[in-house]
Amino acid sequence: MYICTSSVVHSPPVIIKLHPSAGQPLYLQLMQQIRHAIETGVLQHGDLLPGIRTLAEELVISHNTVAKAYSELEHEGLLELRHGSGAFVFATRAMKSRAEKVRSAQDRVHELVADLRSERLSEEEIHRLFEAELFYSAPVAKE
Amino acid sequence: MNNPYVIETQELTKRFKQFEAVRSVSLRIFGGQITGFLGRNGAGKTTTIKMLLGITHPTSGSGTVLGHRIDIPKESVEMRKHVAYVGEDKQLYPYMTVEELIRFTKSFYTDWRPDLERQLLKRYELPPGRKIKSLSKGMRTKLALLVALARRPALLILDEPSEGLDPVSVEDLLQSLVRTASEGTAVFFSSHQIEEVERIADRISMIDQGKLVMDFSLDQFRMNYRRVILGFASQPPTAGSELFRMAGIDHVRADGRQITILSSHNAEAILEQARHCHAVSVDVQPITLREVFLEKVGADN
Repeated sequence: MYICTSSVVHSPPVIIKLHPSAGQPLYLQLMQQIRHAIETGVLQHGDLLPGIRTLAEELVISHNTVAKAYSELEHEGLLELRHGSGAFVFATRAMKSRAEKVRSAQDRVHELVADLRSERLSEEEIHRLFEAELFYSAPVAKE
Repeated sequence: MNNPYVIETQELTKRFKQFEAVRSVSLRIFGGQITGFLGRNGAGKTTTIKMLLGITHPTSGSGTVLGHRIDIPKESVEMRKHVAYVGEDKQLYPYMTVEELIRFTKSFYTDWRPDLERQLLKRYELPPGRKIKSLSKGMRTKLALLVALARRPALLILDEPSEGLDPVSVEDLLQSLVRTASEGTAVFFSSHQIEEVERIADRISMIDQGKLVMDFSLDQFRMNYRRVILGFASQPPTAGSELFRMAGIDHVRADGRQITILSSHNAEAILEQARHCHAVSVDVQPITLREVFLEKVGADN
């Protein structure tokens, strides 16, 4: 749902796109995208995200959604909320190694998808395979 | 008073001669949230709202808005001091200018906030000297919002606020609602536009043919509602199967060797059970609000 360019001077623009019709709460989508931006380095330690109200208004979503995402991310230690001034990104070294992991995973997924394509599987089929795999393996992954 | 609800009704009913416009509606609308009141045209949204505001008297049932009984005129008057309402028909007073309407409206309220009035006038870019009759529908909506919000009400009720607006004006409206809610006003708005409701609402109350058919938080809905499509290479489980008696199953459809289950929760356990029944293919998809809306209210049965 649109580009959120923060109005705060030192803050980098973050592209956030939420899907209201997807089967995932908006606050989780928002969390994932912010986390992803931190993992990939688009958001870095000390960067400032807009305050709850401002972001809610920019994304045209309920402030409760932003508040919940921010507070969970704060709980995870990725954000530090400052009353009235927004949310500071808190990226540690562990995050950086995780960022590398994500990048290498992305390369592997890229190769796999290219392989499947060359075997003439359609986008739709690949998509469904991934989704089915994730749904199926979800309980296993918890063990 | 520790009531988390800004609106609470019990079995609210309105009958017009033979026609029951609203039937036993028990609503619970939380404070601090945006609630969408979703239903088709003629589902009973406007009648319900009018009863909440004390404009129409319920045939039976009762309710409170901000703790004030809606069926007692004196309490209703007290309630209206803290509730702002933007009606379907935003004609306002066509012969007045923007400035005149604002001056006229504020004379009724002791808690009018001139600072908010100026802020909103600037944000909405309303031309003070323009006659209301020559304002676009989008501008008229903004003006209606301005006079509603300049008192910073505890609760804002809107009846089909986006009706007849162009996409840009709808966006402005939704943004205003989001902002209003973030400043502490509970927002309750009716609409038949699924897309706008699902974007900004925290909760949804769905009404059809005068009855409340669903009432849920959108987070819960997105998290839990699933369509499970099972394929079988042999005889699929029959109606008596344990699979179909599991919790969370809303609806089951069988087409040959394929079975489609709509579940309101518990999709993982349903999947687990399906594997016990030797399903050879399994597909789990999220369900959109549109699909549920069409399923619940689409068919005229």
